[in-house]
Amino acid sequence: MPVSTPSAPARDDAFRRLFSGRIVVLDGAMGSMIQGHGLEEADFRGERFAGHPQDLKGNNDLLSLTRPDVIEGIHRAYFDAGADLVETNTFSSTSIAMADYRCEPWVREINLAAVACARRAAEAAERATPGRRCFVAGAIGPLNRTLSMSPDVNRPEYRAVTWDQVVTAYTEQIEALLDGGVDALLVETIFDTLNAKAALYAIAEVQERRGAAARVPVLVSVTITDASGRTLSGQTISAFYHSVAHAQPFSVGINCALGGEAMRPYVEELSRIAGCYVSCYPNAGLPNAFGGYDETPEDMAKVLGDFARQGWVNLVGGCCGSTPAHIAAIAAAVRGVAPRPVPSARRALRLSGLEPLVVT
Amino acid sequence: MSTAAQFLVIGERTNITGSPRFAKALKAGDWEACLAIARQQVESGANVIDINVDEALIDGESTMVRFLNLIAAEPEIARVPVMLDSSKWSVLERGLQCLQGKGIVNSISLKDGEAEFLRRARLVRRYGAAVVVMAFDEQGQAATRDEKVRICTRAYHLLTEAIGFPAEDIIFDPNILTVATGIEEHNGYAVDFFEATQAIKATLPGARVSGGVSNVSFSFRGNNPVREAMHTVFLYYAVQAGLDMAIVNAGMLGVYEEIPVELRDRVEDVILNRRPDATERLVALADQLKQSSTGDSAGKPAPEAEEWRRAPVAERLRHALVKGIDAFIEADTEEARALYPRPLDIIEGPLMDGMRVVGDLFGAGKMFLPQVVKSARVMKKSVAVLTPYMEAEKAAAGQASAKGRIVLATVKGDVHDIGKNIVGVVLACNNYEVTDLGVMVPAERILAVARESKADVIGLSGLITPSLDEMVHVAREMTRQGFGVPLLIGGATTSAAHTAVKIAPAYAPGVVHVLDASRVVNVVSALLSPEQRAPYLAEVAGKQGQLRTEFEGRQGKRAALPLAVARARAAASRWAEVDIPRPEFLGTKAFDPVPLAEITPLIDWGPFFSAWELHGRYPDILQDPVVGSEATRLHADALRLLERIVREQRFTARAVIGFWPANAVGDSVEVYADETRSATLGRFHFLRQQLEKPAAQANHCLADYVAPRDSGRLDYVGGFAVTAGHGVEALAAEFRAAHDDYGAILAQALGDRLAEALAELMHQRARQACGFGREEKLSVEDLIRERYRGIRPAPGYPACPDHTEKRTLFQLLDAPAVTGITLTESCAMHPASSVSGLYLNHPDSKYFAVGKVARDQIEDYAARKGLAVAEAEKWLGPYLDYTPAG
Repeated sequence: MPVSTPSAPARDDAFRRLFSGRIVVLDGAMGSMIQGHGLEEADFRGERFAGHPQDLKGNNDLLSLTRPDVIEGIHRAYFDAGADLVETNTFSSTSIAMADYRCEPWVREINLAAVACARRAAEAAERATPGRRCFVAGAIGPLNRTLSMSPDVNRPEYRAVTWDQVVTAYTEQIEALLDGGVDALLVETIFDTLNAKAALYAIAEVQERRGAAARVPVLVSVTITDASGRTLSGQTISAFYHSVAHAQPFSVGINCALGGEAMRPYVEELSRIAGCYVSCYPNAGLPNAFGGYDETPEDMAKVLGDFARQGWVNLVGGCCGSTPAHIAAIAAAVRGVAPRPVPSARRALRLSGLEPLVVT
Repeated sequence: MSTAAQFLVIGERTNITGSPRFAKALKAGDWEACLAIARQQVESGANVIDINVDEALIDGESTMVRFLNLIAAEPEIARVPVMLDSSKWSVLERGLQCLQGKGIVNSISLKDGEAEFLRRARLVRRYGAAVVVMAFDEQGQAATRDEKVRICTRAYHLLTEAIGFPAEDIIFDPNILTVATGIEEHNGYAVDFFEATQAIKATLPGARVSGGVSNVSFSFRGNNPVREAMHTVFLYYAVQAGLDMAIVNAGMLGVYEEIPVELRDRVEDVILNRRPDATERLVALADQLKQSSTGDSAGKPAPEAEEWRRAPVAERLRHALVKGIDAFIEADTEEARALYPRPLDIIEGPLMDGMRVVGDLFGAGKMFLPQVVKSARVMKKSVAVLTPYMEAEKAAAGQASAKGRIVLATVKGDVHDIGKNIVGVVLACNNYEVTDLGVMVPAERILAVARESKADVIGLSGLITPSLDEMVHVAREMTRQGFGVPLLIGGATTSAAHTAVKIAPAYAPGVVHVLDASRVVNVVSALLSPEQRAPYLAEVAGKQGQLRTEFEGRQGKRAALPLAVARARAAASRWAEVDIPRPEFLGTKAFDPVPLAEITPLIDWGPFFSAWELHGRYPDILQDPVVGSEATRLHADALRLLERIVREQRFTARAVIGFWPANAVGDSVEVYADETRSATLGRFHFLRQQLEKPAAQANHCLADYVAPRDSGRLDYVGGFAVTAGHGVEALAAEFRAAHDDYGAILAQALGDRLAEALAELMHQRARQACGFGREEKLSVEDLIRERYRGIRPAPGYPACPDHTEKRTLFQLLDAPAVTGITLTESCAMHPASSVSGLYLNHPDSKYFAVGKVARDQIEDYAARKGLAVAEAEKWLGPYLDYTPAG
């Protein structure tokens, strides 16, 4: 049951009001911030997992249980930098992704702990600045197994996972995130739309069981993998939007893989067609030769500030390689810029394969 | 009108209930074939593909999942949305779990009550699909207008009000039911559908209407022309009533205006329920159509034809020859052998009588080439029966009886021989002894055989321009070796003028240009008649002299512009604004093999009839008062053979296409290894129109359609080489071995048609690869009429007449290794049923003829290509507006 104050419906109203008034700022990367703490195997294990039969270094989501101080600190840094909304440290907190570390039994706990870290940081930030509202979105990642593609080139019909398995895994995560008290759910870094559709299906089932009062906004964000303008599973941005629009997302957007400038045409296209809010949180450029990211806070702020002035976005932030300094610069760049008005879409039958098909 | 423009074609070929081919492939577990069918539909223009695997012996759930997963791995198919089609909800639900895109569920209905209907609708929504709702309720299927509208209205309100299903995601299927069943109450079913559609569109905002069209014509199973006409007429009216989409065979959509008027009228009577006897009248016409399309060469005599079987054997032989019926010829020949003392008597008696009738009718224009060739087939089969007996008799008389001996050959470097084969058959029909040396025959061999067999006439054939030079060479050799027999010249590239100017002066005894096979008998009989020969040759020589004078006269007042002036008159593009699509791949892409079934829908039948010297536009030619019935028969025979070729996979179609970064430099185009332009893979060299033109018209050159290097813009050119020719010669040889030249020529002509259709198919894929092709909504007719952006000029044809450009093209495409097409020394492609050329995407690109070019351009061109001027002149001989030195 929700552990946070005040009541969920009141928080939901405040969340919606925030978007109607201005461009909302999301946080930046979690992974690169964790890296900065130089944590070792022992930090990841803590006392609790000291005897775990497998290495745990790299299982960042587990830190919500073993080093909650580090995770909460990162959230605080982002709120301090001006973020309105942070993502829980739960990108891989599903039984399917946790199987790599043999941590499936603790999925629910990990999610609850992650929400608690973020909530504490939000409450601290709200206390620090009376009247300020800070929100928490439950991050739902794409899984390491995909429903649309075969891992075996010689068996194109093969799938490493089934729809039911994916729905079951996401359902467990979603139940925990909602129980922890998130203000929104964020299905993100979507490279296979079918996985995302399974997550949205699971969200709809869970929300239906819990009733209208427990409903939270659902944010959706896709990853365009390269200059082809398509997802890894081959869809164009419009085809993707048609594929998820049935879930009536609160926002749709693009994150990860590319720097902001490379996303420009796709953000513009999405902003033209989307009948809901539009988000954009790029990487700090493309990874360099050392796996780092080169775009400075000013670089990112310039691009996102421009997207904002074009009237394309409602929610901006950063993905891989971005830091509180980036978020501060981005927040400054969009301050005072009007948010994109949501257009009322023409009534049409909108279908898609890899490409869109519209019958008006 | 905007409704029509937005009409969605839902491909039905991957529906097991409507496509026997798909059913067979699916049951056999031939997934490649299943995918090919799906791909073909998308390529034929289906906007959505319907997938139905409902069959008693198939596990629907796992089959649907497997097929959808396979499709997901094929971007060319997966780009369009899927319509999941099943009567089993469990199959639909498993299908929904495999679609990353937003598809359509077909279907749900009120059949099992409101609760189940709404449960399924909610799930469809949750999975993110649109839905087809059948006009079906607890009482059953809606047949009348009012029932259809009532059920759809009820479903609409339930969906939109009880569960908030978006109206725009609802598609009603108000049941297209079969008409013309003979049951009176079925007569109004189509009209009921139209009226219901209209009412649904008017009263249920946002909802769409769809239907499965093939059901309407179910009572005409087996008669595809009538079914197609019914579908076309039905759609014509249904779209006007507001139909948004329909499940149809995307490759077989007809054009309302092109249905023959009588058929269209009767179909409309049925569809629109305009008269009580509409069904009987359509059935009557359908029977006629069916009869005329089955033809008589299959050996099944029509009822009225039985009569002739009761005539005496000599009469029967004559009749069989004149009518071209080979079903009884062997038995009749055996029977005749008992009556005639010597086998030769049969040939010289009834068989030659028959052939004389054929020759006379052909000469009088009352019989057409396909019939003549069929008659020849009968003749050959009969002679084949008699030959062993004649040899046993050692009758030398067989040879003595021939009117003359003719040696025919397609010259060195050239491979096309359909025309030559037809000439051979026509001559043989007229009792000339023909020695056909085949294709790519060197001069020495032609002359050696002619000498040895004491030929009375030599005939040369060629299709491509370099063959003209080779013919001159043969003529010179004949002079050198002291021949005295007449030389005949024929083939697509030859002309009376070229023969007069170039060949005749090389061989004094006589050179005659023969325009087509219908002339050859007159020409040969005149040449071999002691009385006519001299006056005839004198007349020919006189005409040739006149042609030479005219040619020289034209040379005198030629209006070729200086090359620099012609270049200044180039068609100018505003390069900063021209749309230059970047192809989705660079380098080459092989298609090996291309399933023949994917090619056949794109066949352009027009040239097929021309090959048989039946002239007229297809399909009008089938109704032509003079040649119509013969054209129809020929077409039916061709379709039958084509079906066999596809079924038995007798031909192998292979193709390679490529795109490369490129820029124009002057009148040449540089092709680069990559977009950095740092390495040049090759250069295409083009010629520019040089004759004076009106002020408003440009002097065109293909290079003008490619962005110049100094424009600052990177452009792309494409190339292709395709063949349907592997297997053609083997099949033709089989026919010839069975004394069936008709079949052999049909096989070759079909090979050519398939190669051209394959070129069309590949061009479509190439345009899709360039992006702009994906927006096209073209019918087969539109494709054949080339109503699309871009051109595919072929080296050796008027826009770039130099055949040697094929060498560059083939090297870039690695065509010989990938497709098995090789170039002869004259740059003809082998096998003959092959096509190659370039792809140019410029929005303004058009075909044109270079026409005559002057010496200054040839010198410039030779320098660009690194050739001696004389070499360039040799390859471009017919295009020179001057007489080259030497």
